[in-house]
Amino acid sequence: MQSYIDALIQNIGILQQVPPLIIYTAAILLGCAVVFGYISVVAMIMIYAERKVAGHMQSRYGPMRVGPHGILQSVADSIKLLLKEDTVPDKAHRFLFKLAPLLVFAGAFVPFAVLPFSEHLVISRMNIGIFYILSLAAIEVIGVIMAGWASGSKWSLYGGMRLAAQMVSYEIPMALAVLTVVAFSGHLGLHEITHAQGKWPWEWFASPLKSPFTAVGFVVFYIAGLASTKRLPFDLPEAESELVAGFHTEYSGMRFAYFFIGEYTAMYVVCAATAVLFLGGWNGPFPGVVNMLGKTFFLLFVMIWLRWTLPRLRIDQVIFVCLKVLLPISLICVIGAALQAVLF
Amino acid sequence: MQDFLQTEEILVNMGPQHPSTHGVLRLVIRTDGEMVRETYTHIGYLHRCAEKIGENLTYKQFVPYTDRLDYLASINNNLGFCLAVENLAQIEVPERAAYLRVMGAEMNRIASHLVSYGTLGMEAGAFTPFFYGFREREQLVAIIEKMCGARLTYHYARLGGVMRDITPEIARDTREFVRTMEQRWEEYNTLLSFNEIFIKRTANVGIIPRDMAIGYGLTGPCLRGSGVEWDLRKDDPYSLYERFAFTVPYGDGRMGTVGDSWDRYWVRMVEIKESLKIITQVLDGLPEGPIMGKVPRVLKLPVGEAYMRVENPRGELGFYLVSDGGTKPYRLRIRGPSFCNLSIMNALGRECLVADVVMILGSIDVVLGEVDR
Amino acid sequence: MDAKEIYTRLVSQFGSERILAFRDDAAGDPFVLIRPESVRGVMQFLRSEQSLDFDFLSLITGVDYPDQLTVVYHLFSYSQTHKLVVKVELPRASPRVDTVESIWPTANWQERETFDLLGVEFVGHSNLRRILLPEDWDGHPLRKDYQQPDEYHGVSNW
Repeated sequence: MQSYIDALIQNIGILQQVPPLIIYTAAILLGCAVVFGYISVVAMIMIYAERKVAGHMQSRYGPMRVGPHGILQSVADSIKLLLKEDTVPDKAHRFLFKLAPLLVFAGAFVPFAVLPFSEHLVISRMNIGIFYILSLAAIEVIGVIMAGWASGSKWSLYGGMRLAAQMVSYEIPMALAVLTVVAFSGHLGLHEITHAQGKWPWEWFASPLKSPFTAVGFVVFYIAGLASTKRLPFDLPEAESELVAGFHTEYSGMRFAYFFIGEYTAMYVVCAATAVLFLGGWNGPFPGVVNMLGKTFFLLFVMIWLRWTLPRLRIDQVIFVCLKVLLPISLICVIGAALQAVLF
Repeated sequence: MQDFLQTEEILVNMGPQHPSTHGVLRLVIRTDGEMVRETYTHIGYLHRCAEKIGENLTYKQFVPYTDRLDYLASINNNLGFCLAVENLAQIEVPERAAYLRVMGAEMNRIASHLVSYGTLGMEAGAFTPFFYGFREREQLVAIIEKMCGARLTYHYARLGGVMRDITPEIARDTREFVRTMEQRWEEYNTLLSFNEIFIKRTANVGIIPRDMAIGYGLTGPCLRGSGVEWDLRKDDPYSLYERFAFTVPYGDGRMGTVGDSWDRYWVRMVEIKESLKIITQVLDGLPEGPIMGKVPRVLKLPVGEAYMRVENPRGELGFYLVSDGGTKPYRLRIRGPSFCNLSIMNALGRECLVADVVMILGSIDVVLGEVDR
Repeated sequence: MDAKEIYTRLVSQFGSERILAFRDDAAGDPFVLIRPESVRGVMQFLRSEQSLDFDFLSLITGVDYPDQLTVVYHLFSYSQTHKLVVKVELPRASPRVDTVESIWPTANWQERETFDLLGVEFVGHSNLRRILLPEDWDGHPLRKDYQQPDEYHGVSNW
């Protein structure tokens, strides 16, 4: 990205008069605006897709009224949420209550800085890309705990506590699963990881032909991704039959929408990261962007599919799955992948 | 650890407005983190004092009020009350009417169990079973609507017989439904019953041993889930139930321990199948004849008292009727199965997880309209 | 065993001053009338005696007659498949009878309901509070002389 801007400054004379700091700031803001627009649209499409897929899985139609086949339903919903009264409960800690949705949203937003859509369509080619994504995902945890505590409601507190337990545990197998890939690519940058994979499915890290360890790592990463985005069967933080709506019980209007968009964006990020790490990123038979988006949306569809099929686990079972199943498996995979990378 | 980390137990109010309390039940749970130490059940939010209403209405007038007790199984309630009155008044019910009552009651039992299937799935976090259950229930409700014109409060069984005869069209629809339901039943099991996560959530959760179940007065699927082979339709038949062949399912601890939530759930699922058998037999052997017995216009019951119990989808529904010879009951007591089944909640909801409380409540399957009456 | 045989059995065990009467003259179920003071002993016997084995308490209720308040117990045995109706008659002014909660746990809620709606006091009950009506409700609605209050906390009842 920086090289583009530098080239731009050199080619357009008038920009050389302006201090570079201003240009960079403007470029960053512009980038943010583009990404924000992109994820809003993606979130809307996903919410619509989720309702439609759910509807058809449950032998009903889903939204049908707003626009043909209800395609404008998400727009109507966003307008409704924008116009709704923004309430803050009496017992809430006002400052933290208002800050929490922004943190959650930010946590889901920043990974877009490094997520590549194709070889060249990327904001920053950071050399620690995947590390950056994993570490910033932790901001979301803080936001959710903050929301749970600041709401001053017991149900919210429960939701926050559950999420803290769940996300902190699942980050370990997630990071270990990433290490299996890194053992082969030898680099933390997303571009280098993508370049380590070929055009066809058997050249991807998800394929047992390439390495059985990364193939298992793919499954571990995706399951851990489900857990960290609070999707069924791991949606305990907002389990509506137990905790009403979990940590966002007390939120309304736009603040609720931030949580909502944040959640769907986090899903997108996890799926895009899975696509890059294990499914060859933009490599494939079609033009780069199509490959990348196709893989991402397929993974998103699987997430939606699981959600409308499976029941929910219990908190002890969630932690059991993480610490006693996924963690040993991913440790073995890391060792195996490292040996394979060194020896073969 | 415990010396410098202070933990605190919190009291959480689950209900009366809560997604999983089936209406307006209020549970106060004392929790230590995710562990539930104690559960207190508070009921009465839907109390209408149906028994007092009964004392002020004639027998015929009270029949539609029984619809509002267990509103998911109104025909069963009608049947119980009508049988209690007919017993005391010595009213003869024509055979055809008795058959039709059985058919209505069994259809209603299936409808009620389908709701239970859906809500238990919902409580486990699976949304789709709810819609599947309601899809078949819709088909069934449409048939009952043709039979009696209502979709929830049917008032189908009347004193002396039933409200309306069935038409060939209804019989055809019903057979059609039986066929569909048999196929869908397999689908239900693939989707929920044998789902690994669902089994993990229900097996060994909320175990009610046999003696405890009897002591707490549990009846219906909750009792049978604990391994007691007892069904009033079989063991104390009424309304010609002795003529129909069906088996009584009971819990055998297939997925865990006898009397756990999965057993109670499974008993309901098998009951759906058995009810389908009964419906087919009713349609096959439906005798010709009138559908209404001779009931005097002004019904006066002889002095005396009767306790009539029927097997409602949730258990033993009893009507205790005291007559002083007048046109109204002197005293009417309704034994709601949900009321007694729910009383075990305080004993079950301790030393378990918050999520278990929800599953236990779902597997007991109460209808608050009947708990509070 | 039918009700008559159980009655004879009870009389031979407790004597006719505790087991007052057996009636099957009116239409419907026959019943055994016992003295209020001996409820706990008789019920314990009915529950624990092998040949009777009344393990299921189907129903506890009360009936408000003009001159007395009757508490009715409907018992059933799963193993022997026989049933029995037991009644006690209490004075309307201060109806008090021993609880059977320790014999059948189901009595807990049913006795609370009878207390709530009819005002029968079950002595020794672990938690005798109103169950269906609000805690601060006046009177017992199923009493025949019950007057419905005009309002409850400022909400009209009409």
